[in-house]
Amino acid sequence: MRLSIEGAPAIKVSLPRGAGLWIALVVLIAVSSFVSPHFLNPTNLLNVLRQVALYGILGVGMTFVILTRGIDLSVGSVVAFSGVLGAIMMEAGWSIPATVVLSLAAGTMMGAVNGLGVAYWRVPAFIMTLGTMVMIRGFGLMLADGGTVNPGKAAERFFWLGGGYLLAVPTPIYVFALVCIVAYAVLSHTSFGRAIFAVGSNDEAARLSGIDVPVTTFAVYVICGFLAALSGLIFLSRLSVGDPNSGLGLELEAITIAVIGGTSLFGGEGGVAGTIGGATILAIIANVLNLAGVSPFSQQVVKGAIIILAVLLETGRRRRV
Amino acid sequence: MTDAPIPALRLIGVTKSFPGVKALSEVTLSVARGEIRALVGENGAGKSTLMKILSGAYVADAGRIELFGEEVAHPTPAGMIARGVAVIYQELAQAPHLTVAENIFLGRLPRAGLRVDWSAAKAKARDVMGRLGFDIDPADHIQDLSVAKRQMVEIAKAMVRDAKIIVLDEPSAVLAQAEIDELFGIVKQLARENGVAFVYISHRLGEVFALCDTVTVLRDGKTVHNGRASDLDAQALIRHMVGREMGDIYPRRAPKIGEIVLETKSLSDHALLREASIVLRKGEIVGLFGLAGAGRTELLRALFGAAARSQGEVRLFEAPALVKSPREGIAHGLGLLPEDRKTQGLFLIQSVGFNIVSASLGRIAAHGFISARRERETVTTQIERLRVKTPSADAAVQDLSGGNQQKCVFARLVAADCRILLADEPTRGVDVGAKREIYDLLVALASTRDLAVLMASSDLPEVLGLCDRLYVMREGRIVKELDARRTNEEEVMSYAALH
Repeated sequence: MRLSIEGAPAIKVSLPRGAGLWIALVVLIAVSSFVSPHFLNPTNLLNVLRQVALYGILGVGMTFVILTRGIDLSVGSVVAFSGVLGAIMMEAGWSIPATVVLSLAAGTMMGAVNGLGVAYWRVPAFIMTLGTMVMIRGFGLMLADGGTVNPGKAAERFFWLGGGYLLAVPTPIYVFALVCIVAYAVLSHTSFGRAIFAVGSNDEAARLSGIDVPVTTFAVYVICGFLAALSGLIFLSRLSVGDPNSGLGLELEAITIAVIGGTSLFGGEGGVAGTIGGATILAIIANVLNLAGVSPFSQQVVKGAIIILAVLLETGRRRRV
Repeated sequence: MTDAPIPALRLIGVTKSFPGVKALSEVTLSVARGEIRALVGENGAGKSTLMKILSGAYVADAGRIELFGEEVAHPTPAGMIARGVAVIYQELAQAPHLTVAENIFLGRLPRAGLRVDWSAAKAKARDVMGRLGFDIDPADHIQDLSVAKRQMVEIAKAMVRDAKIIVLDEPSAVLAQAEIDELFGIVKQLARENGVAFVYISHRLGEVFALCDTVTVLRDGKTVHNGRASDLDAQALIRHMVGREMGDIYPRRAPKIGEIVLETKSLSDHALLREASIVLRKGEIVGLFGLAGAGRTELLRALFGAAARSQGEVRLFEAPALVKSPREGIAHGLGLLPEDRKTQGLFLIQSVGFNIVSASLGRIAAHGFISARRERETVTTQIERLRVKTPSADAAVQDLSGGNQQKCVFARLVAADCRILLADEPTRGVDVGAKREIYDLLVALASTRDLAVLMASSDLPEVLGLCDRLYVMREGRIVKELDARRTNEEEVMSYAALH
C-alpha cells in the first residue's frame, strides 16, 4: 500500500510479504472459537486438518502450475478418473500397491498431455485444460459405465490411506506433510524450482537466460496431474467407492487455495507455505460454517466472495509496480 | 499558406519530462493550413513523445498547444480528435477483422433508430473513397488489405472525422516505392486542395525534400532548426540532426585486440536479416549502427540462437557453430543483453540475486540442488564487480534505477562466463550518469576480461565514442564497415539513412 502526498515522497505502509495471510488465519481461528464452542475440540481440529490435507494436496499441484502463470482446470476430473480406475482395479483383484502405482501413473500421463498441449503445442492453458477436464470426465464415466464402482472387501483394506489414523493423526495428514516438504524443497532449493519462478515471472527473459521453458512448463503439469491422482486415491479410500461424478469443482477449490495462499495468478510469486495457509483458511471456514449450521448454499456464496477478496488484495499490492 | 496568419497548429515551449529524462524541452513548432511539415531527428530525439502530446496521450508539463489560434486547455485523446487532429501511427491501430467501412466509422457508425445503418455506412465510406480517389472497397476486411491500403483507410477515417491536422508517423517505413509515390500524391492533394496541415515524421531524408515544405529538426528534445526545406540540403539536415558536442563521457582506451572469436558468412534469418558477414575479435568493441528496422536486433538474436537462421555460417572460437537456442548460445560463451530490459531482460518481481544467477543455475547447483553458499558468492562477487547499487541482494530488481537494472543483466552474463557479449542498445532508457558507468563497464569487460563486444545502438555519438570499428546496417544488410576513429557522424548517417 502506498500513500502519496503531493510533493512529498511516497510513504510505504507495508507488512512483510504474506503476513496478511497468517494474520487472517489467526483472526479466523479466534473468531471461529467464539462462533462455536466445538471448534477447538481436538476431534474437530483433526477433522479440519484432514480437510486441509485432502484439498491441500491439490492446492500444491495447482501452485506449481500457477507459478508458471498457467492454470489446470482438469484436476477435478483427474481425481474422479483415478478414483474410478483404482476402484475398478481393486474390484478386479489387483493388489493395492499395483493399483496405487497404476492410478498415479494414469494421472501423471494426463498431466503430461496437458503439459504437451500447453508447452509444446502452445495451446493456452485455460483452453487446453478445459478440454482435458471434459475429456477426462468422459473417460471416467466410460470406465465406470456411468455408475459408481464398489470394490467391496478390497476397499476395507485400502481404507487406511484416506480414513485411517497413525498415532491418532489421520493418515492423509502425513501424506500432505510429505508432499509439502518435497514441494518446498523443489521450489526453494533446486534449479528446477528456480526455473519455475523464472518462467512465471518472464518467460522471454527465462528463455534468453538459457532456461528450457517448454520442459519446465511441461513438468509442472505432470506434477499437478500426479498430485491430482494421489488426491483421487485418498478420496477413493475414504469413500470406498469410485464415483465418476466426484470431484466436481475441485479445480476451483485448488485454485482458490493457491490464490488465497498468495500465489499470484500473474506467475512467479508464491509458494507452498502460503498454500498450506490457504488450505487451512478454506477448511476452517467450511468447518465453522457447518458448525454454525449455515446452509451449504450460503457457504458457496461466502467462498466465492473470499476468492474475489483474495485477488483484490493481491491486485492492490501489485498496482504499485 | 502566406495569407493564413493563424497557423492550424502551434506548439509553444512544450516541455515533457519522465522520471530521469527530459524528453522534450521548450519545443516550438507551427504548421499552417495546407502546409506539409517534416519532423526529423535521431532515435530518441523526442519525436514520438511529441506525437503523443499531439494525440493527447501525454499531457505536456509546460507550454501551450494552439489549434487555429485557440489554446487547448486540457488535451485528451478524444478532445484532440474532436478538434480535428488525427495521428496515424506506424503500427496502425485498426481492427483487422472488421471491414473498411466499420473501421472508418469505428465508434460513430451511422444509426437508424437503435440499429446501425449499414447501407448508409457503406455508402458514406464509398463516397469518401471516391472523393479521395482511393480504390478500396468498403466491404473488404482490413486484414485482407496491403499495408499501404490500410494507411489509406486511416487517412479516409481522418477525413471522415473532418481532420484538419494529420500527423503521419514514418508511414513510408513499411511501404514499397510505388506505394510511397501514391501516398505522397494523396498527402499533397489533401494539403493543396483541402487545406489539411500535415506533420510528417520520417527517418528518410530524401522524402523530406520530395514531399515537405518546411522542416523542424529535434535533437535531444529541443527544437534545433525550423525552416523551409528548400533552404537545406541533405548534409545540412544531417548536421542539424547529429550536431552535438561529443563531450568526454566515453572512456579512453587502448584496446588489446586478439584473435577472431566470432565470424559470420552471409547470415540471414526468416524475416529481415540478409547475408550479414561480420568478424569480431577478442578485446574488441564493435558497433552495429542502423536506424530503426535496419536489422541490428535481428542479427544479434540470430547469433545468440534466439531467432532461427535461414542460411549462412557462424564460426565461434574458430569452430563452426550451429547455435539453435539461447541455451546453446550461453554454452558457447555468448551472452545477449536484450533490447528491452523490462520485457526481455529482467525478472522484475524477483530479487537482484535471482536475476544475477538465472543464467548460471547449472554452475551454482549440484545434481539439481542449488548450493546456497555458491549462489551467495556468485551474487556478492557480481554486485561488487559491476558496482550494482542495491540495498541488498534480496531487493526486488524493479526497485532499482534503470542503470542498475541494466547492470544486473550484465552481471547475469558475466556470471554465466560470457566471452562474447552481444549488447542490444545497452544504454537505452538510462540517464547520462548511468550511461557513463555502462560505458566504463563495457570497456572494463573488454580490456580486463578479454571479452569481445558487439554492440547494437541507434545512438550515433555513443557508437563513435566507444567502439573500435562499426558496421552500418540498412534494410537487413551490412552496408558498410568503418573504422570508428576515421569516420564522422555525417558519413555514418549517409550510409544508414540515404538511398
